[in-house]
Amino acid sequence: MKLMLRQAMLALGTTVLLAGSALAVDNVKFMIGANPGGGYDQTGRGLGKAMVEAGAAKSAQFENKGGAGGTIGLAQFANATKGDGNAMIVTGAVMVGAIVQNKPPVTLAQITPIARLFYEYNVFVVPANSPLKSMKDVVEMLKKDPGSVKWGGGSRGSVDHISVAQIAKDAGVDPTKINYVPFQGGGEASAAILGGHVTIGTSGWNEMVQFIKSGKMRALAVTSGAKLPGETVPTLKEQGINVEIGNWRGVYGAAGISADQRKSLTDAVIAGTKQKSWNDALAANDWFPAVLTGDEFSKFVDAEHKRIEESMRAVGLVK
Amino acid sequence: MMETWTLLLGGFGTALQPMNLMWAFIGCLLGTAIGVLPGIGPALTVAMLLPVTAKVDPAGALIMLCGVYYGAAYGGSTTSILMNTPGESSSIMTALEGNTMAKYGRAGPALATSAIGSFIAGTIGVVLLTLFAPLVADLALKFGPAEFFSLMVLAFVTVSSVLGASMLRGMVSLALGLAIGLVGMDSIAGIPRYTAGVPELIDGIEFVLVAVGLFAVGEALYSVLYDPKGDATERNKMSSIWMTKDDWKRSWPAWLRGTAIGFPFGSIPAGGAEIPTFLSYSTERKLSKFPKEFSGEGGKGAIEGVAGPEAANNATAAGALVPLLTLGIPTSATAAILIAAFQNYNIQPGPLLFQTSGPLVWGLIASLYVGNVMLLVLNLPLVGMWARLLTIPKPQLYAGILVFASIGVYGMRQSAFDLVLMYVIGVIGVIMRRFDFPVAPVIVGMILGPMAEKQLRNALAIAQGDWLIFFKQPIACTFMVITIAVMFVPIILRKRGVRLAEDD
Repeated sequence: MKLMLRQAMLALGTTVLLAGSALAVDNVKFMIGANPGGGYDQTGRGLGKAMVEAGAAKSAQFENKGGAGGTIGLAQFANATKGDGNAMIVTGAVMVGAIVQNKPPVTLAQITPIARLFYEYNVFVVPANSPLKSMKDVVEMLKKDPGSVKWGGGSRGSVDHISVAQIAKDAGVDPTKINYVPFQGGGEASAAILGGHVTIGTSGWNEMVQFIKSGKMRALAVTSGAKLPGETVPTLKEQGINVEIGNWRGVYGAAGISADQRKSLTDAVIAGTKQKSWNDALAANDWFPAVLTGDEFSKFVDAEHKRIEESMRAVGLVK
Repeated sequence: MMETWTLLLGGFGTALQPMNLMWAFIGCLLGTAIGVLPGIGPALTVAMLLPVTAKVDPAGALIMLCGVYYGAAYGGSTTSILMNTPGESSSIMTALEGNTMAKYGRAGPALATSAIGSFIAGTIGVVLLTLFAPLVADLALKFGPAEFFSLMVLAFVTVSSVLGASMLRGMVSLALGLAIGLVGMDSIAGIPRYTAGVPELIDGIEFVLVAVGLFAVGEALYSVLYDPKGDATERNKMSSIWMTKDDWKRSWPAWLRGTAIGFPFGSIPAGGAEIPTFLSYSTERKLSKFPKEFSGEGGKGAIEGVAGPEAANNATAAGALVPLLTLGIPTSATAAILIAAFQNYNIQPGPLLFQTSGPLVWGLIASLYVGNVMLLVLNLPLVGMWARLLTIPKPQLYAGILVFASIGVYGMRQSAFDLVLMYVIGVIGVIMRRFDFPVAPVIVGMILGPMAEKQLRNALAIAQGDWLIFFKQPIACTFMVITIAVMFVPIILRKRGVRLAEDD
């Protein structure tokens, strides 16, 4: 009965699709290691849509499994998809950070690198009625009483967390004294910031931009090297805080897939990144494209692993 | 206020167009079907239907997807009542009284009260959404970790009413549930706990799996092992398909209370659909004039125990649309996929949505009214047909339930390990039944435990380790005071010689 229903739904789905001439992969299945509504989620869903539009995949399915910086989703992905050439997981600096910090039994080493997609930058925001007007105010408050600034963001060890620790270190405050409150996914973090449950929040620019534009939150700083195109929010560096930190995202395939499977999956992803809808998504979210595939991507992830481990050790997040 | 009505009227203009009515019907039908099946939930279905956004105009597609979302909340109760197999986690409470009623030949009224209750709760929910969405959203944001944890404490205390006749046995079951909830990676720090090195356990145990194992598999195996003749005669004796006058009288207040609990809860970010059903069930049990009829007391099933949670479940579904439409914050997986559907049309749900795409949103809201009516019309005639399923002889019926449960659990992530785990839990369910341990508290513990832990840890981090935070913030303090009242007022009243309904 369930099978019949699934077939019926698939049939309904495919009839409304433009049938691609040469399908590189069948039904691509994305694992998204964060709760719905955040940047990971948008990356997976945007890429899946673009791959279908490019005719590189027949359809795209998504599964959300949030928590622990994506390593919970990673564990399920690695276990459930061995050898499946249609399965992918969205990954990025956040997940590498969680792996470095928590040393989970399942890591990225067990699965197959496919491609890096883009970089994005974070923004620091306060609720519209907050007395804090600039990062200087925040740093002063932090210097007076490190625990009084409640920082809301993604999981422990995420880019969000590291950036906060680096700001503290730059201000001469012991980074182990910061009061960091981890939330599962951008949706929960946004709600906590809007509700005033944390003093200041940080998350990807694209997750916060709608709240900034509608005046519900005030942006204090972005973590990029220069101002984001067309925006007036100052960078941390412009406010005398020597911190610049970005967050890359990419995709991995299942464990134990063949070289051929890896290649066709990579080709399908690349085809997706050439689509208009993907480029629109990049522009709309202020994501900076940075595609990297194959062994170079593997090497990049190894280097990231070391870099993140070092910066975490420097701020006391790992011993 | 007048402006709201004008806009809503415009919305009905959109929703009542023949094409849009058809999309709403397809959505409701699909939603009901998937609600019935354990394993595939509304999130997966909406995700599979997302490609239609490439071909159908925004109003039609969104109306259909919302129909699926709403329909699933209706359909989840059917298998709970008939087969003791919850189709969705939010229908677990429905199985308690609903299935007992079905066993005593009252499947018809149980199904009817859940369908009508769903309609009433859904409709009131949409009315509240229409009138107060921005207000409710602001209130919902006041719920931070401290408020949430206080609410969970209240849930824990009131939930003792599902513990059954023996408090000690109930607590053992609850503890078992809390223990199962700990298995897997902890959601704050990502450290694996109690996984015994089994990689399949790292991501925790799915509660639908445990629910299906304990309820459906446990019961089927138990009846084969210890109860071969059983209550077959009584089961087949169907009294009446429709609700009696008395059923109506007892259902009404339960529907309204369920709605009052479900709607605000649905609008809280990260609230989930299960807790309001627990709270509603506990409330009904505490307030009922017929406490002996509840299954935990060995009764024949109390109709308010079905009416309340089902209404709460559907009101939650309406409530979840509040933060979705006004803030762009999804409170469930299904809501998140609905956001993706909006984005496919370059519409960003959020604070600016009502200004930028007003006619579309009002069309969508109007279609929810239409969808509710459709679901009622669709579900009521099915009651008689569904109820007749129970006239199937017991061996075949239980064999069917086992097949159904196995397919559903395997379908969740195509894992053979899950299937084995489900049968192991099923055997535990048999043992628990044999020694009179209630099974519902296991599920309650499993769901509440990890949520409470996460909120407690975040609340304490925010308060810098100050435990008094739960009494310093007004909303949190209110819940704590209610909790204390629920615990001690009955004791004080009894000391003063007042007889309470639950003593009878």
